[in-house]
Amino acid sequence: MSSQIETQAATTETVVLEGKDAEIGRRIGKEYQAGFVTEVESDTLAPGLDEDVVRFISAKKGEPEWLTEWRLKAFRAWQEMQEPEWAHVTYEKPDFQALSYYSAPKSMADKPKSLDEVDPELLRTYEKLGIPLHEQMALAGVAVDAVFDSVSVATTFREKLAEAGVIFMPISEAVHEYPELIQKYLGTVVPQRDNFYAALNSAVFSDGSFVYIPKGVRCPMELSTYFRINEAKTGQFERTLIVADEGSYVSYLEGCTAPMRDENQLHAAVVELVALDGAEIKYSTVQNWYPGDEEGKGGIYNFVTKRAVAHTNAKVSWTQVETGSAVTWKYPSCVLKGDNAVGEFYSVALTNNFQQADTGTKMIHLGKNTKSTIISKGISAGKSENSYRGLVRMNPNAEGARNYTQCDSLLIGDQCAAHTFPYIESKHPSAVVEHEATTSTVSDDQLFLCQQRGIDTEKAVSMIVNGFCKEVFKELPMEFAVEAGKLLEVSLEGSVG
Amino acid sequence: MISIQNLHASVEDKAILKGLNLEVKAGEVHAIMGPNGAGKSTLGNVLAGREGYEVTGGSATLNGTDILELDPEERARLGLFLAFQYPVEIPGVSNLEFLKASVDAVREQQGKEALDSVQFLKLAREKCKAVNLDQSFLKRGVNEGFSGGEKKRNELMQMMLLEPSLCILDETDSGLDIDALQVVAEGVNAMRDANRSFIVVTHYQRLLDYIVPDYVHVLANGKIVKSGGKELALELEEKGYGWLEDAATAE
Repeated sequence: MSSQIETQAATTETVVLEGKDAEIGRRIGKEYQAGFVTEVESDTLAPGLDEDVVRFISAKKGEPEWLTEWRLKAFRAWQEMQEPEWAHVTYEKPDFQALSYYSAPKSMADKPKSLDEVDPELLRTYEKLGIPLHEQMALAGVAVDAVFDSVSVATTFREKLAEAGVIFMPISEAVHEYPELIQKYLGTVVPQRDNFYAALNSAVFSDGSFVYIPKGVRCPMELSTYFRINEAKTGQFERTLIVADEGSYVSYLEGCTAPMRDENQLHAAVVELVALDGAEIKYSTVQNWYPGDEEGKGGIYNFVTKRAVAHTNAKVSWTQVETGSAVTWKYPSCVLKGDNAVGEFYSVALTNNFQQADTGTKMIHLGKNTKSTIISKGISAGKSENSYRGLVRMNPNAEGARNYTQCDSLLIGDQCAAHTFPYIESKHPSAVVEHEATTSTVSDDQLFLCQQRGIDTEKAVSMIVNGFCKEVFKELPMEFAVEAGKLLEVSLEGSVG
Repeated sequence: MISIQNLHASVEDKAILKGLNLEVKAGEVHAIMGPNGAGKSTLGNVLAGREGYEVTGGSATLNGTDILELDPEERARLGLFLAFQYPVEIPGVSNLEFLKASVDAVREQQGKEALDSVQFLKLAREKCKAVNLDQSFLKRGVNEGFSGGEKKRNELMQMMLLEPSLCILDETDSGLDIDALQVVAEGVNAMRDANRSFIVVTHYQRLLDYIVPDYVHVLANGKIVKSGGKELALELEEKGYGWLEDAATAE
């Protein structure tokens, strides 16, 4: 063989359904259920972004000098960068000077020492969203960090977790309590200048969760963070860092919602996962940011960078159910650095009305015998655009590496589109990359069969869509699999006339 | 049971049914025969409310309820069942889940309590056995990868579970070998009772050897052109449909 390098260029497959089942496109228009606004007085920074704003945020959180410098370095890098345009989405670019970069409920100015001191209005917000923060009412076995705009409101079960040596707290607190851990890992997976949004986040990130699982510890409960955008004209820039030390295990879930507003709001998060030797991290997302109304007005711009590094024998599993946001730009990725590391990506992305999603993953195989699995299920309804974009790269040392990708699209109605952009780069001859893709529709005949058996069309569509997503839902923690199914149902309401 | 009067219907603006009259009383089995293109399948689809079949005149009442304005699922919940000629596949949705949703919807309409999962599973297994399908078919996707005969038996199983008052069998015999035909016919015969009626749509007399009708009607050019007892089917077998079609066109 003359060359050890085999590269397959990106192939593009675009399917646009036309004609026949125009009827299905009609919508009834149901309400987004998390769209309320909480009336709290907030300290909101005036719009605009410059070095002073970065310093203000850092000072507000009483950060050490190194972190302030770290932010400024990111900010300077960001100023030199261009907003990426390669994604298959069209939107009006945010005016970064018109956004406010810090907003926190006034009641949070003096940190409440316990839940009793937290503004009841805030607690009610989470209750309304189905996330009670009082431990006795909380979901058994799930610890929650509740982030409201730029601050963490409460973190439950902290003491119980501490007994196991697990650290679960707002990252803003961890900076003070565990500075050495933060300094050691922050930005090691997603560097400050990784990309435009990651740089912006690094400069102005507000709050998020920090998790550390000590060596050999199996985290005794599910950890979860619930992100809520409330204030108008603000962006949310949370930062999550999870470090699973050697041989440990953690399952983490994040959920997100925002009020219904006519203007678009920016959410640019960074999530970094570090799975040290033999550790396992299971990261699940149920993303239900406000998607905009049925005319495509308003909604969240969800521009998120999520990446994991898996060391020797480590395993990282991303599961995401994406139903919200007006525009999604998100590629939870795995760098399989150590030998035998395993990366998984299970995704359901549903778009309805005028939503656009460009989402997928990157699996970077560096170590020998690394393995990755990608199962992506895209569902398009209404006039939405749903794209899968995935990169599988087998580096020159990735002897015996394997990838399996399955990418399925389901189209509902005749106005939506599904696209698949797989990129495969294989630089080791023994590496095996498999890619399968299918496209199907919910047909009139299927709907009629259901109706003839007494099942109404909404129930029928939700059954068909749930069946389509089964492989992904079974990866979610059980309590959330049920939630995810319900969420799809709500998001699909009105997609069938 | 069902009373159809002067029913007119068209598909893509083409008139298919042109004044069809039919009275089916409780407990009766009526066979509808006729040449290809006479409107036999249209009748079932119109009564079931399939999209694309437009009623342009006439009426149809099921147990006193005018059904033509109702959604398909409402008609189904009132006890109208259409066994499809070509049952469609729904990949990913298990047969059991589908059957449960269906039975739940129908029972709710009838004011009956929903069956819990255990009760339902027991019932479904029973019916599965009755139509000679392996239990594994309950776990498989609806009709997914089923053979022609298995699909028809699956339809029959649904019929048994839903216990409809009016069953319309649309060319149930097409694509069935003689053994499968017997299984289906036996199932149908077992369901015959004084409160249930059947409209059996078929092109061939063969099915009627197994499901013996009380009445046979010939549908040609969108109308019933001749009615009689079960012996009419034999006559048609012998003479074909030509003589009746000519008469229908001549009108």
